[in-house]
Amino acid sequence: MGNTTPGSPTRRAAFVLGAVTYDPKVVTIWEGFKQFFLEKGLPFDFVLYSTYEAQVEAHLDGHVDVAWNSPLAWIQTERVARAQNRRATAVAMRDSDQGLTSVVLVRADSKIGAAKDLKGKRVGVGAKDSPQATLIPLLHLAELGVEPNRDVDVVYHDRLVGKHGDHIGGERDAVKALVAGTVDAACILDANQLLFAKEGTLPAGIARTLAQTEPFDHCNFTVLDDAAKAKVDRFVELLLAMSYEDPVVRPLLDLEGLKTWKVGRVSGYAALDRAVDRLGALDAWLEGMKAR
Amino acid sequence: MKRVDLGGLGLDRGGHLLVKRALADAAPGEAIAVTGGPPDLLPQLNAFCRLNGHVLEALPAGELVVRRGTTDDVRRRTAARIVAYPPAARPPATWGLAARGARVEAGSPAIDFSLDDKDAIWSDDAARIYAQAASAQWDPATAVPWDARFELPDDVEDAVVQVMTYLVENETAALVVPARFLGKIHPHFREVVAVLAVQVADEARHIHVFTRRAGMRRAELGLSTAGGQASLKTLIDEPDFALASFLLSVLGEGSFLSLLTFLRDHAPDPVTRRVAELSGQDEARHVAFGLSHLERHVGMEPRMRERLAAATRRRHDALAHTAGLNDEVFDALVLLGAGSYEPAAIARGWDAVVRLTTEMDAGRRRRLLRLGFTDVEAEELSSLHTRNFM
Repeated sequence: MGNTTPGSPTRRAAFVLGAVTYDPKVVTIWEGFKQFFLEKGLPFDFVLYSTYEAQVEAHLDGHVDVAWNSPLAWIQTERVARAQNRRATAVAMRDSDQGLTSVVLVRADSKIGAAKDLKGKRVGVGAKDSPQATLIPLLHLAELGVEPNRDVDVVYHDRLVGKHGDHIGGERDAVKALVAGTVDAACILDANQLLFAKEGTLPAGIARTLAQTEPFDHCNFTVLDDAAKAKVDRFVELLLAMSYEDPVVRPLLDLEGLKTWKVGRVSGYAALDRAVDRLGALDAWLEGMKAR
Repeated sequence: MKRVDLGGLGLDRGGHLLVKRALADAAPGEAIAVTGGPPDLLPQLNAFCRLNGHVLEALPAGELVVRRGTTDDVRRRTAARIVAYPPAARPPATWGLAARGARVEAGSPAIDFSLDDKDAIWSDDAARIYAQAASAQWDPATAVPWDARFELPDDVEDAVVQVMTYLVENETAALVVPARFLGKIHPHFREVVAVLAVQVADEARHIHVFTRRAGMRRAELGLSTAGGQASLKTLIDEPDFALASFLLSVLGEGSFLSLLTFLRDHAPDPVTRRVAELSGQDEARHVAFGLSHLERHVGMEPRMRERLAAATRRRHDALAHTAGLNDEVFDALVLLGAGSYEPAAIARGWDAVVRLTTEMDAGRRRRLLRLGFTDVEAEELSSLHTRNFM
């Protein structure tokens, strides 16, 4: 073999990451990072799942050592782990995972001036499992006194359920519905307002922001307490050492949408935690997990 | 604190340009105040900062402050400047398609352009030859008197059609050969790429006008011979740029200059005369470029002459078993030189074609001398050139 790039380690030796295929680029991203970790001496491999639910279950069953989790998958993991007297930790996240907000948009020419004016109206949201385009903004409206599915009709745009809104097609559909006038409000991530303006889906001046949620955090790398500590530490150490100045990893960081990796924190999941309880978003799933 | 006023403009309609310009004037870690903008500027600015590595701070007074991060100018800061002129001796593959004089971002992909050695392809005359070529382009629809009235005996028209048939396949070879190298030349040598690109376009135009002349009064074209194509195939099969350029441009197109002059002078009709004349002007440029870059090449690498000579001998040997110029073309040229089947006229035509081959030989030897070959070498190599002319 000589001085070639090391191949895949055996399962026993490997530190295995789980990721969800919300986009074909996920393969490029993790093949690239895998090469990076292998070259740095971490025996790394990854497994792809088509839904976060499958990934969370696999993680709890020990099939992966670390899971690249959506915020909802984090809460799923954390809650089941807690019920099993285990402990889940968010070890790292992107800089861009911190401090997101979502907005509730209405048409600029509408008479809706405050959240309460939405009563009796139709609110377009993303996929039913999207934290940013559905759960957190609906919680925000509820906390402003506008209860979803009681005071307002919630119109879901269920694109690729199981990807937890990582696929932004649902948000785009919600905005298209707002522009077309088939909904009175649309809930999307702040950044997607800029994206949709740029791509022409939401021309400037068509909509205005009715409400903005509190800041929340997005994805994290989740480990359970039975993960090999030395490998987890090395994994995090290597992540944090990735520099945007490095032309080799920069394209991967660009694809994954970050400038730098940060140490994980869980302070930004409070809103989603409340949303899950208030909207009952995980009730059925948690029941199912209990019955396993 | 520096301030930027968006004047009502949101980040959903280009306001980020103002913020970015203000940040560019700030040092990393320095804060700027953002004022103006629409009522919902906060979520827009929150997203902008998060995605660009800046920190958004909302002050109690309702003022929005952006603290510049360290990554927004990484691409520019770590980019390398490509030399503008003269071109580099061996441009790296990672410069790829980038313009000379541009800054190329680190980590750009390596694009494989196998012809990346300046000595092998460059000519200081390339820019001048390209400019001349660009200004000398002619429109086949208007530059040729297609509507001119003329009457030709059937025999003479047949001769014209046979010669045009021969010219089309030769010009097709002259199109294919540079086209094959065109995509392999590192775009850093853009003047060379440009010259070859126009050369390809020239040949396409020649093929067009020769085909049109052939089809003016005949539904069918003449004979394409095995020997003719065998000769052209050796040009197409030559994988080395310098050798192919030598065989095609210096020896082949050089000989064609004499042929096109002959056709201009002996053309029986104004259309044939004009297409020969216009094509000849273009071919002269092709020969000039071939000579120019090969002259530089042999100057840098004198042993190159041995390789050129060897290539000529190799091609001669490969074609030794073929018939060379087919009788149909030769006889057609004699008839065009004669103008009629009168024995005295045929004798004149014959003499003219013999003179043509003598002129071709003299022209080839002149060009070989320019490349530094001795008289003896030039005489030998010219005599080994294909009897098919190209």
